[in-house]
Amino acid sequence: MSATQIQTSRLTDLANPTRFLALAGRLIPWLAGSTVLLLMAGLHLSFTAPEDYQQGITVRIMFIHVPFAWLAMMTYSIMAVAALGTLVWKHPLADVAAKAAIPIGAVFTFLALFTGSLWGKPMWGTWWVWDARLTSVFVLLLMYLGLIALHRAFDDPVKAGRAAAVITLIGFINIPIIKFSVDWWNTLHQPASVMRAGGPSIHPSLLWPLLVMALGFTVLFFTLHLMAMRNEILRRRISTMRRIAAHSADKEARR
Amino acid sequence: MWALYLRDIRLGVRAGGGAFVGVLFFLTIVAVIPFGVGPDLALLARIGPAMLWIGALLASLLGLERLFQADRETGSLDLIVIADGHHWLPLTVLVKCLAHWTISTLPLIIAVPVFGLLLNMDPLAIGATALTLVAGTPAITFIGATGAAVAVALPRGGLLVSILVLPLTIPVLIFGVSAVNGAVDATAPFLAPFLVVAALSMFFAVIGPFAAATALRALSD
Repeated sequence: MSATQIQTSRLTDLANPTRFLALAGRLIPWLAGSTVLLLMAGLHLSFTAPEDYQQGITVRIMFIHVPFAWLAMMTYSIMAVAALGTLVWKHPLADVAAKAAIPIGAVFTFLALFTGSLWGKPMWGTWWVWDARLTSVFVLLLMYLGLIALHRAFDDPVKAGRAAAVITLIGFINIPIIKFSVDWWNTLHQPASVMRAGGPSIHPSLLWPLLVMALGFTVLFFTLHLMAMRNEILRRRISTMRRIAAHSADKEARR
Repeated sequence: MWALYLRDIRLGVRAGGGAFVGVLFFLTIVAVIPFGVGPDLALLARIGPAMLWIGALLASLLGLERLFQADRETGSLDLIVIADGHHWLPLTVLVKCLAHWTISTLPLIIAVPVFGLLLNMDPLAIGATALTLVAGTPAITFIGATGAAVAVALPRGGLLVSILVLPLTIPVLIFGVSAVNGAVDATAPFLAPFLVVAALSMFFAVIGPFAAATALRALSD
């Protein structure tokens, strides 16, 4: 009871944008620094990792492809949680968080598809197949782009946030479909080999670089997300200040 | 609720041939396909079910933006949202969706046999297409209701509704077409994809009105 109260009050504290900006300002340098360190370590590990006996050097694409795909789904999940925050608790930062995450998620999704396509050409002999995993990730990209279009169509950011929250929650159905598409349908894409029941089936020499890279890109996401949220808050403040300035200038002129 | 259903149907009939335009659009899509893929009758017969499904999908999206916009223009949408207390809003949305389906999607399905003949489909395939459309198009209407509710306040929401809704209708399309293929082809199953289509319709009959009602409440000025 008291623990939840403390947590609620902390979240409520963050509802004050100034406090959030102060926290973000303190966190961003640390996050950015650890992103650089993790990605450098991850790249070093990836390029010193042994080559796959079957796929040769192309297996290194996995070290960026898989983190991009994970993050594409994680970003959407974060947006879905933020959408709940918008609709249920009306938390003022929730729709800022959801809006700031959309472009980042769209880029990660696009990169996952792009690197996958580069990997697919030498391995499967084709750039693109309409199999369940690829199609469902493609649908995810379409939903990200649709949400961007939706945000642009509204003048009022608060209304846009509510509308986008409803669509985000409906679209969340797609996330489990992406995750389990390789199990439910017989696809060209390989089934899950890291996050699966019975432990990862991938060799540790390839697993470790992958995990470091995934962690590095996750921290990169949070850095970018916090920065984008900060920009969004500042942008909204500027537009409010402009409106107030225009309003008072109007009054001055009338006098 | 029955009164609302009748009112929406009456409004839809009198609003200047919404259903007629939808069927005409559907006919145009079907007529354009042979120009695109060539008048090979065997090929047309093979891709016919998929083309009819895509045509019906696009044609049923065409009128969706009017689902709430007409009510917003007359001001009755505000009354519907305010009346949430004694006429539960999701139920109202559900009834409006059913009326919309009756008025603008049912004519498309009735037109399917004629268009199927144009695409050189055999009677079994035509029947299967019509049957799967009856089972599947309610899902499209219910998903579309959410899109229509979100875009209701926007001046040019029609295109946006299609962009938001089309990715979500892909499962309905996949299972609808595979059910038709199952009916025609002896080796593929018919019942399983058909039941999935019906299940999708029922699933979205619950999700869609709730989401649309949430959007309408959140966006009402």
